[in-house]
Amino acid sequence: MFKSMRVTALAAALMAATSLTAMAEVVYHRGNAADPETLDQHKTSTTYEAHILRDLYEGLVSYSAEGKVIPGVATDWTVSDDGTVYTFTLRDNAKWSNGDPVVAGDFEYSLRRIMKPDTGAKYATVLYPIKNAEKVNKGDVPPEELGVKALDDKTLEITLEAPTPFFIDLLAHQTGLPVHPATVEAHGTDFVKPENIVTNGAFTLAEFIPNAHVKATKNPHFHDADNVKIDTVFFYPTEDRGAALRRFQAGELHTNNDAPTEQVDFMRENLGDQFRVAPYLGTYYYALNHEDEGLSNPDVRQALSMAIDREFLADEIWGSTMVAGYSFVPPGIGNYGEPAFADYKDMSQIDREDKALELLEGAGYGPDKPLKLTINYNTSENHKNTAVAIADMWAPLGVEVSMINTDTKTHYAMLRDRQDFDVARAGWIGDYSDPQNFLFMVESDNDGFNYARYNNPEYDALMDEAAATVDLEKRADILKKAEEIFMRDLPFIPLMYYGSMNLVSDKVAGFEDNLLNIHPTRWMSISE
Amino acid sequence: MHRYVLGRLLGAIPTLFLIVTISFFLIRIAPGGPFDLERPLEAKVMENLNRIYHLDEPLWNQYLLYLKSIAQLDFGPSFYFRDFTINELFAQSLPISIQLGLSALCLALIVGGFLGVVAALRQNRPTDYSVMAAATLGVTIPNFVVAPILTLILGVWLGWLPVGGWNGGAFANVILPVVTLALPQIAVVARLTRGSMIEALRSNHVRTARAYGLTNYMIIVVHALRGAILPVVSYLGPAAAALLTGSVVIETIFGIPGIGRYFVQGALNRDYTLVMGTVVVVACFVILFNLVVDLLYALLDPRVRYD
Repeated sequence: MFKSMRVTALAAALMAATSLTAMAEVVYHRGNAADPETLDQHKTSTTYEAHILRDLYEGLVSYSAEGKVIPGVATDWTVSDDGTVYTFTLRDNAKWSNGDPVVAGDFEYSLRRIMKPDTGAKYATVLYPIKNAEKVNKGDVPPEELGVKALDDKTLEITLEAPTPFFIDLLAHQTGLPVHPATVEAHGTDFVKPENIVTNGAFTLAEFIPNAHVKATKNPHFHDADNVKIDTVFFYPTEDRGAALRRFQAGELHTNNDAPTEQVDFMRENLGDQFRVAPYLGTYYYALNHEDEGLSNPDVRQALSMAIDREFLADEIWGSTMVAGYSFVPPGIGNYGEPAFADYKDMSQIDREDKALELLEGAGYGPDKPLKLTINYNTSENHKNTAVAIADMWAPLGVEVSMINTDTKTHYAMLRDRQDFDVARAGWIGDYSDPQNFLFMVESDNDGFNYARYNNPEYDALMDEAAATVDLEKRADILKKAEEIFMRDLPFIPLMYYGSMNLVSDKVAGFEDNLLNIHPTRWMSISE
Repeated sequence: MHRYVLGRLLGAIPTLFLIVTISFFLIRIAPGGPFDLERPLEAKVMENLNRIYHLDEPLWNQYLLYLKSIAQLDFGPSFYFRDFTINELFAQSLPISIQLGLSALCLALIVGGFLGVVAALRQNRPTDYSVMAAATLGVTIPNFVVAPILTLILGVWLGWLPVGGWNGGAFANVILPVVTLALPQIAVVARLTRGSMIEALRSNHVRTARAYGLTNYMIIVVHALRGAILPVVSYLGPAAAALLTGSVVIETIFGIPGIGRYFVQGALNRDYTLVMGTVVVVACFVILFNLVVDLLYALLDPRVRYD
């Protein structure tokens, strides 16, 4: 009898211990390279905010662990034959964190809100393909004219200006995330405060202390809450990459989405698979001013591009965290095949330099008449090293390079104001996986991004044709032709494709490397 | 005394006004604005933002608006942290900076003062040389070197202390940042105390005290230290202001949400209101601490009286 009692007591103790373990809170400590400027999805513009907002909210579509666009609040959708009308069916069990159902009207309200001029949305342009979006944003027509209509609680209709094959990808961007209308109406801009906020994602906001952390806790009303393994996630701003690495080593951070480039060798040796480098949807490039006397000559531009040893830059300067880039559109992008690589991609560096010298001499430059260029770059040790290396690579061609280093704001204000420059460093990370998101930058009417002041009607015509083509294969062919022209005319010299760097603890599962470097907490779990 | 304090505080108003005016126009001279990004904004979007933040108005209007707002103790909205006003940001960060700075200041005074006295009493002996060598190291090795070494040894390798994070000011989280912040100050205080202590120990009144046969404790603490501490006190004014408004390096390395980081963040992001706010807060601290130092002087040195 005593034996049986002991067994029972032991079993009870074991059960209690097991249930305690089962109940233990799973906390994910997540390094995020910078603080969010805001948690208002309609005011954001950076990836640092996107990482947090994707955990807090769910849009019509969402992202899988692999960074693929998957159904979100919308379970499915249909597209009209002309590619301009999208009809979304919303899931029945989508709820806000206060228990309210997520209805089509919430998206109608949200999309109107981001377009209202008073909202001051930095990234409203992402959704400009929606009918009248640009006009609403410019205050020319009222928000009610926006091409978004809730047909009933579960059906949303979005009408576009023109067919946009990557529209679903656009909706996955943070600008497409909904707000809870009643909360916004009640609290105005303070709806983002933890005490007011209502979210519809896997998590809801508990705290936001600038320079300290953003704390989010599991949303029990989320439709897939049963499969969310993490109870609390802390996002820490980790501007000092070295300090973040030490915190990771000490076990204080489970992951960090950046790493100190100067310690790549150390991390490879000591962290093994916990240091991850993966292809990233971005290109590091130098913009060439086509209005500059020397650079207006296409042979000069080709010569400058050919003489650059991109492998050296990627491997030696950037510690193999970048990949040598011979096209502007990075490989692996959606709705595209292989990008239009430079035709000298497979030539040896020595042959390239010989050819470059020949081209430059043909253009009238040489020891007697050296080409004088200035490289503008924004402050960063690696940008500086890259510029110094390139100046060194151009020196044998007789190119005399001087350098101007300014802080980021000054650098981009200079480009924005179309001030005089020869060569300027820049980079572009795609907002969505489509070649248009790269090639649109040098359309002649793109005042913001066309730093090169490139103006080629043939290129513009191809981009217009691609925009009007619904068939994705035909569209890819047209865009490829445009990129071939790009590589021939070189408004920008592509140098490297970005790589994403992540520190991921062995304890973390579900953190999948992907081209967009998107990692929703929803899919992750942590073992202790 | 009250009149003196009130006079000094009222006298600070024109100083503050000048600081605000110069800072306001200086920050506006810097190229680039708060909404210039690596990804340029659509012209209309920029226009919308400028209108919301009154940046489309003439500079003089903006200046007058700012003065009016600051007179009501409203530092305005942050251009970068768009969910917060500057007042909200400071309400969160100032207490943390004050806790961090005061702890570092106390540590510097106690440890630095003690080491300085010990070195003075053992002048030109191994103890003196060791303390002064350590003090020289403390002054010359910058924070951004000390902090990683300490975190690496005590946090990563030994696992005794957290490497970063504030954790609501938990004791374990406070130790490393306070020690790192205090180290150079300990060194300065030790050197200052040693120098003035040696001078005091050789002075006539200490010699007289010895002749009266007073105990060592009375001679050192009551008679010598009281005079020797004066140079340290005058150093404390700017040191306290600098410590209380935080250290950018310490706050960045340890991930502490204090006010120090706002200096750099504000300037780099062209967050005009944040820069102005931090300038005003620091100016107030400097004025206040200089006043406190002057009053302390009067307390310690009977020859100095303000009434």
